Amino acid sequence: MGTVMESKVRIQREDFSVTDEIEAIKKSSRNIGGIVVFLGTGRELSKGENITRLNFEHYPKMAEKKLEELRVKAIEDFKIIDMSIIHRIGEIDIGENIVLIVAAGEHRAEAFKACEWAIAELKRTTPIWKRETTSTGEVWVQDTP
Amino acid sequence: MIIIRYFASLKSIAGKEEERLDLGSETTVRKLSEVLSQSTPRIGEMIQGKKIMVSVNQDVADLDTVIRDGDEVGFLPPFSGGSK
Repeated sequence: MGTVMESKVRIQREDFSVTDEIEAIKKSSRNIGGIVVFLGTGRELSKGENITRLNFEHYPKMAEKKLEELRVKAIEDFKIIDMSIIHRIGEIDIGENIVLIVAAGEHRAEAFKACEWAIAELKRTTPIWKRETTSTGEVWVQDTP
Repeated sequence: MIIIRYFASLKSIAGKEEERLDLGSETTVRKLSEVLSQSTPRIGEMIQGKKIMVSVNQDVADLDTVIRDGDEVGFLPPFSGGSK
């Protein structure tokens, strides 16, 4: 089963296995009928510039707390069964995994809605910052006020 | 003594990741921003102009939030986690 950990919200340097995380959430309930996954990955092109590397920094404790609040709210508001959220920090190469949100519901409709809401809310409320390295230098991305 | 933590782009503006200040037993975010304006005017302006978020003990704060001795204050530029 790889390295799936017990916590449903994690911020970690190491990569994760999407398959393992899906299998882990399936164990939450036998009533799960629809699982929606959002996987964010490192993209090479940003605002017309070629990115060679990404680096993510977070505010320890506060970021984990915000992700847990987000998870609880998603489960309550969208009436889904469970959700897991994993965000990587540190240096990330192009094409590598960055963030994973797994929303599991009885039916697909609420899982789709919860997953879309969760990634938007994560970007808005979670103290995680991205630094992009291009041929012209390094810049902190601040496009989400 | 309060602990101040700067994140992402603010680290290079402040020239440090962390600092400790003694502002008595109780102060506010507004008063702290006034103190910081003397050493780093840009940081003070960003706090007062609400260009950055402030946290006290990992909770989102505003200008009137009280800061007590031993608290941790975070200065947080706009977030950019996740992925588009």
